[in-house]
Amino acid sequence: MRARPLTLGQRLTLAAPYLWIAAFFLAPMLLIAKISLSHSVLARPPYEPRFLPTDSLSDWWAKAQTLTFDNYRALVSDSLYFDAYVSSLAIAGVATLVTLVVAYPFALAMARSPRAWRPFLIGLAAAPFWTSFLIRVYAWIALLKDEGLINNALMALGLIDAPIQMFATNGAVVVGIVYSYLPFMLLPIYAALEGQDAGLREAAADLGASPVDVFLRVTLPLSREGVIAGALLVFIPAVGEFVIPDLLGGSDTLMIGRILWNDFFANHDWPAASAAAIALVTILLVPLVLWERARLHEGQERR
Amino acid sequence: MSPASNLVRRAVLAAGFVFLYAPIVILAVMSFNASRLVSVWGGFSTKWYAALLENELLIQSARISFAAAALSASIATLLGLLAAVSLSRFGSFRSRLLFFGAVHAPLVLPEVVLGLALLSCFVALGVGRGFTTLVIGHVTLTMCFTTVALLAALRGCDPTLEEAAMDLGATPARAFALVALPQIMPALASAFLLAFTISLDDFVIASFATGPGATTLPMRIYSQVRLGVSPQINAISTLLLGLVAIALGLSALAMRRAKR
Repeated sequence: MRARPLTLGQRLTLAAPYLWIAAFFLAPMLLIAKISLSHSVLARPPYEPRFLPTDSLSDWWAKAQTLTFDNYRALVSDSLYFDAYVSSLAIAGVATLVTLVVAYPFALAMARSPRAWRPFLIGLAAAPFWTSFLIRVYAWIALLKDEGLINNALMALGLIDAPIQMFATNGAVVVGIVYSYLPFMLLPIYAALEGQDAGLREAAADLGASPVDVFLRVTLPLSREGVIAGALLVFIPAVGEFVIPDLLGGSDTLMIGRILWNDFFANHDWPAASAAAIALVTILLVPLVLWERARLHEGQERR
Repeated sequence: MSPASNLVRRAVLAAGFVFLYAPIVILAVMSFNASRLVSVWGGFSTKWYAALLENELLIQSARISFAAAALSASIATLLGLLAAVSLSRFGSFRSRLLFFGAVHAPLVLPEVVLGLALLSCFVALGVGRGFTTLVIGHVTLTMCFTTVALLAALRGCDPTLEEAAMDLGATPARAFALVALPQIMPALASAFLLAFTISLDDFVIASFATGPGATTLPMRIYSQVRLGVSPQINAISTLLLGLVAIALGLSALAMRRAKR
């Protein structure tokens, strides 16, 4: 399709959302890209140089020369940052896998339920998504603490003598992510499973495939799209998560969202935090772009 | 289906729903526990709810949160509608790709990054932070959700109906208002509710965008929660959970009635 000029009415319709996005999203993102190239100073705002509208062009040129990639170099050379990226990706990756293992049988059981029950079941599974995320994470503190319900129950049953440390560990962070993001995995997998033609499974069974074979060679491959979509919907927000590692993790739980937060609020090192933010966005864009390209590629092959 | 696999299916469903609901239910039960300790049942009591009513700070921040949610959800629904109309009805205009990308980007952007960008911008412009900047932050956060929801609804409308209205002499704006708008009313309501819930719940963007005069409810809850489990927080959590349960129940009833 060729771009065509918009009418006045169309321009006015587009203007409000466009200006909002430009002023409060695009401009701020460009600003932190610039701050990531600046130096940290003790002032407000705590970075230099600042390009002011009252400056002359030569001032701007002189200031532009002081921009530096040092903050990005520090991301690689500073082991705190590097470890935080690695451990964010690891925790988010493990949590995504666990979510998949929990969500798949759940989605399958819903998709195989009688048709009349399905809307109710899926509504019931999605309902917690509408309740406060903060409260759902908070609910796990009471369960996981040393003097919490799980440890108490296990001790009352005589299974353990002393409380197991579950709260303030990376494992607790994984549980928190699985619990909070389960609907994001559940719904796309359910959608992929529910749309499958039952005739295909029956045909495979008639031809002598065992139930396990039917699952591995028919059901699972046909739900691939749902699994990939669900995995991305869990993995991407989990990498940059702040609330869950801060509430359920230990002081040694390194996640990039937390480091960024501390650099910004506690250390007032805005350039370092901005560089970490830009790097984080870049890392998260990679799987998305790969996924889009794979989908485009597949679409072309089908044609 | 064989009886054995039926049994497995039911067991899996039961386990899944227990996992989803047990933590929430336990939290609600604990809010009626007279004892301060999680592990001891001290008898039934509503004293933590009574204590909430006297917690001025909490009530004040709840008021701020609800006001910010109502205002930002209204603006986000309106902007989302305009954006969705532009993306679904205007063909491929110049810079459509940039607009499309920028509208959807906050969906995948970590909240800390968006918060950081907004705060940097407010400080660079010398804008004092408070209720206004909080609403700006929440509109920016929720607008992408309302746009996506309304875009899906508008794409589901039959375009030939609007074309017929225009053939009969209606202007494009009039055709949209009389033909498409009534069809997407349910989507508008759910987009507003989605934006409202996200705003009401948000802690990260609010921490960056708001100022000392406008502390939100999630921020108050968060600072308490960091100190550990507190019965008053259990009580306010249960109230918020109950509110959502009632809203979901009502919307399910409304949908059932609409179907008939």
